[in-house]
Amino acid sequence: MVIFEDVWLRYREPGRTMGPASDVLRAISFEIPDGGFCWLTGPSGAGKTSLLKLIYLAEPPSRGQIEVLGVDAAGLKRRQAAMLRRRIGVVYQDFRLLAHLSVFDNVALPMRLARRAEAHVRADVMEILQWVGLGAKLEAMPAMLSGGEQQRVAIARAVVNRPKLLLADEPTGNLDDEQAERLMRLITALNQLGTTTVVGTHNMNLVARYPAPRLDMAEGRLRLHG
Amino acid sequence: MARLFIRRDDLGLRTAMGEALLPMLVGAMSFLAGLAVAGALASGTLARHWQGDTARAVTIQVPANEANAVPAVLAATRATPGMSDVRVLPVAAVDELLKPWLGDDVAALGLPIPIVIAADGPGGDGSALTASLTRVTPGVLVQTGALWAARVAALTASLRACAAAMLVIVAMVAAAMVTLATRAGIAQRHFEIEIIHGLGALDGDIARRFAARAAWLALLGGAGGSLAAGPVLMWLSGLAAPFAGVAPQSAWPGLSPALWFVLPTLPLLAGGIGWATAQVTVRRWLGRLT
Ligand SMILES: Nc1ncnc2c1ncn2[C@@H]1O[C@H](COP(=O)(O)OP(=O)(O)OP(=O)(O)O)[C@@H](O)[C@H]1O
Ligand SMILES: [Mg+2]
Repeated sequence: MVIFEDVWLRYREPGRTMGPASDVLRAISFEIPDGGFCWLTGPSGAGKTSLLKLIYLAEPPSRGQIEVLGVDAAGLKRRQAAMLRRRIGVVYQDFRLLAHLSVFDNVALPMRLARRAEAHVRADVMEILQWVGLGAKLEAMPAMLSGGEQQRVAIARAVVNRPKLLLADEPTGNLDDEQAERLMRLITALNQLGTTTVVGTHNMNLVARYPAPRLDMAEGRLRLHG
Repeated sequence: MARLFIRRDDLGLRTAMGEALLPMLVGAMSFLAGLAVAGALASGTLARHWQGDTARAVTIQVPANEANAVPAVLAATRATPGMSDVRVLPVAAVDELLKPWLGDDVAALGLPIPIVIAADGPGGDGSALTASLTRVTPGVLVQTGALWAARVAALTASLRACAAAMLVIVAMVAAAMVTLATRAGIAQRHFEIEIIHGLGALDGDIARRFAARAAWLALLGGAGGSLAAGPVLMWLSGLAAPFAGVAPQSAWPGLSPALWFVLPTLPLLAGGIGWATAQVTVRRWLGRLT
């Protein structure tokens, strides 16, 4: 479950001395039920990534209330925030793979941070990498992969720990239609297993093929909810 | 071996904090720390030497023209409480002591060489003895080792204070260097840190990775530094041996055995400083991440 109540965001700009910073998100309120699926759409610069950042606790809202997986995001202790993050899988728009780690180790990272036994790590990482079609590239370094392959590694890393909440920011941006389709089947499968899912995208064809509630944004406001 | 400290290098710290500079600088600091500790220990040995026999030694000079008072001086000295082993130094022994100043044939100079009485006293400045002996014969001169012992004690205390100050400074410099190296590592890896923070790493998880790396590098440096200090200390102790009253030909003249316990702990201390400093540095930096 994700609940936003009149949430505003203005990025903190430590260097700024002149003029007011503008609000990137304004008066956002919505509710995504447990196990729900939700599209996040809107033109570039509308605030999709910013909204996701608030959900995965990368930024605090400047106003309003946020509840994620039944936890009030305000005033979390650092440890509690970390534990909450472990239950959230994020596919970043810019992938954010660790350049000096192999594909396998990148995907294993969330499991190792959660101190899962190495035997489980091996099995789960292999399985998910097979699933995204990278079973043959375990030892490759991210720099040796194509954009689409990197994106699939990022997706594998986001879901390997079976998160309760999956946030994917433009996860099909670098994929061809077939890969995008495959990815959507993976995401919907996880969603059907109970993972609450939010997918941000520009790709309206994809949205049309998978009808679901939609948060549509423009200039930091929610244009449409439903 | 480093694997003991970082089981899996998922922040790539082996390259981000891989320079030889930190171990070298920490090594130099441990070398200095080794010298400081050795200095403090050696001055302790010296002080014990001076405060033992020397502090209690009493010499009494009776001028040559009052030689017939010697038996009375001896009797008065023996009668003074705390005096023992009172004896007249043979003329030959006195000549021997004067040789460096007066040459080989002291007797031929026909100088009025005083009669010297040696004794073991109770310590203190000997003023009571002086008072009673002056009543026996006015020209008598009493000297005790207490004054020297006091001077040596003061010297030792200040040497120790210097050594302690040096240890503190050396530790602070080592901590400062670890801070800089850790900050450089963070600067190189801030992107990776942000990612694993986002994946739910605890501050402790991240700090531990840096701390393990810093501790390992400091430990290596510390080991190098104390290994290098060993031979230098042996050489220095050979030079210092005559002042410590130890025969220079003895195995490790003048080096306190305690040193052989202290030197191996220096790398451990260096490692501890590395660990603690990196922890503080990283945790402080992590404070900026929500
Ligand atoms: N760290 C930041 N500091 C200041 N302003 C930011 C920051 N990140 C984003 N913005 C601003 O916030 C607004 C929304 O950005 P955001 O990245 O959320 O858009 P988006 O909807 O994800 O766009 P896109 O579809 O291009 O990814 C933009 O105007 C952007 O300039
Ligand atoms: Mg975006």
